[in-house]
Amino acid sequence: MNSNTLNTASTQSKNQFLVDELRLDFPILHQEVNGKPLVYFDNGASSQKPQRVIDAIVNYYSQYNSNIHRGVHHLSQLATSAYEQAREEVRAFLNARETAEIVFTKGTTEGINLIVQSWGRNYLKAGDEVVITAMEHHANIVPWQMVCEQTGAILRVIPMDTNGELILEEAEKLIGPRTRMLAIMHVSNALGTINPVKKLIALAQKHGALTLLDGAQAVPHFHVDVRDLNCDFFVFSAHKLFGPTGTGVLYGKKHLLEEIPPWQGGGDMIKSVSFAKTTYAETPLKFEAGTPNIEGVIVMAEAIRYWNSLDHAAIQAHEADLLSYGTSRLKEIEGMRIYGESDNKVAVISFLIEGLHPYDVGFILDKYGIAVRTGHHCAQPVMDFYEIPGTIRASFAFYNTRAEIDRMIDALLVAKRMLS
Amino acid sequence: MSILAKEAEIIEEFEMFGDDWTEKYEYIIDLGRSLPMIDVSLKNEDHLIKGCQSQVWMDASFDGEKIHFKGDSDAQIPKGIVSLLVRVMTDESPEEIVSTELSFIDKIGLKEHLSPTRANGLVSMVKQMKMYAIAFQHM
Repeated sequence: MNSNTLNTASTQSKNQFLVDELRLDFPILHQEVNGKPLVYFDNGASSQKPQRVIDAIVNYYSQYNSNIHRGVHHLSQLATSAYEQAREEVRAFLNARETAEIVFTKGTTEGINLIVQSWGRNYLKAGDEVVITAMEHHANIVPWQMVCEQTGAILRVIPMDTNGELILEEAEKLIGPRTRMLAIMHVSNALGTINPVKKLIALAQKHGALTLLDGAQAVPHFHVDVRDLNCDFFVFSAHKLFGPTGTGVLYGKKHLLEEIPPWQGGGDMIKSVSFAKTTYAETPLKFEAGTPNIEGVIVMAEAIRYWNSLDHAAIQAHEADLLSYGTSRLKEIEGMRIYGESDNKVAVISFLIEGLHPYDVGFILDKYGIAVRTGHHCAQPVMDFYEIPGTIRASFAFYNTRAEIDRMIDALLVAKRMLS
Repeated sequence: MSILAKEAEIIEEFEMFGDDWTEKYEYIIDLGRSLPMIDVSLKNEDHLIKGCQSQVWMDASFDGEKIHFKGDSDAQIPKGIVSLLVRVMTDESPEEIVSTELSFIDKIGLKEHLSPTRANGLVSMVKQMKMYAIAFQHM
């Protein structure tokens, strides 16, 4: 397994120099796992953090840790101002109109649940329809099933084809006057497909439906502009965007966030409280009950600043190179089947080798220091569609290299020899 | 042979591998291959121990004195470990199975496969074996 030394110009991405430099930002990448240099191909589950993001955590706790919004003292003001500055950072990142449209959450899952409980529970009626897709993450299936049960609304599912693409003709039949909400993933975590969300949003809006995008897998790979997409709600998690876990964002159009009631009650979300009546704060604070993840929010903003500092044309070209190089190298292996072959996908490759169980392969790759994800990727309906128990998923970030892909291929060949 | 004696036998077998994980796992994979196939009719929901990553099937029968286990898995490494668990626990009395604390998995360096985070069904399999034993004790 010494392919690192075999590297020649022909097996390097054009942007290798840039990548070598960016890798230095990520301390975790420079370690050995089971005696081999770590190859981290599990970015779809959670990405790694650059040093300046790690430093921001330490800075917060060592310099200005304090509760926000209610203190007149110095530290509280520093923390409040960093927290609200983070809201502005996120607003600019998504190109939202104003900071009132940015609600901080625990993550993508909480963002979806907030809309489901605050909007869905109060506005859906029996017979109304919510449209999702066949490739959703469980986080965008289960909450809707729950609210459909509570309200009598009906869940409809846009089917996909074997390439891992949504069937648009079917979407056109499904989305209609009864559709109240179109809630779909921007990018598939299991397959990598970038869905034609702009078209689908326009279609839903033609019928007066609201739209929610699960952007968890989109924001780490390309620029998202919520005004251009014209979605009503957009959710993502910081930890997939080189930021901390336990922090995320719900974007919502201001008039909608103003209209829908708060979900959770508590401190920070109120204007005044008496036993007779409580009045709520305005958006976004009415959705941020209790002490939020102050550190997480502030550090997420640092991750966004890091992201903004990158050469996006170069890293997108590099990720496209990893996707095509990885796909063609994997296809050299006999019995290889790749799941999700849309022309329009991010650098995620889901695959199986005939006769080999993902658990066994994932275990052997780990022995070679290679981190991939195996299983159903919280998208069991996708696995059922292909009639497989799960896949092996290599999900790349801009700091990955062709040499790392070569090492995965070598390890896969060992796994294949041991298991067949 | 008692459970303890069978555990000791397995620990001795695994001593020859030393630190080489490939030889050890090739052996485990071979064990899985030689495990008698569980009858297809038993591969149903009643016998399934669902893991997030891989699945295990198990069947137990009781002849009034001893319990006989059969097992299977859809993945090869778990299947090899299933074969070791079956070998240790099968043909023993319910009392012995209930009271036993398996230590061989740890000693042969396979503990990671029985950690709950692996989600491969193996932890639940050991629990399930004991549940069967408790049930048969009261029959």
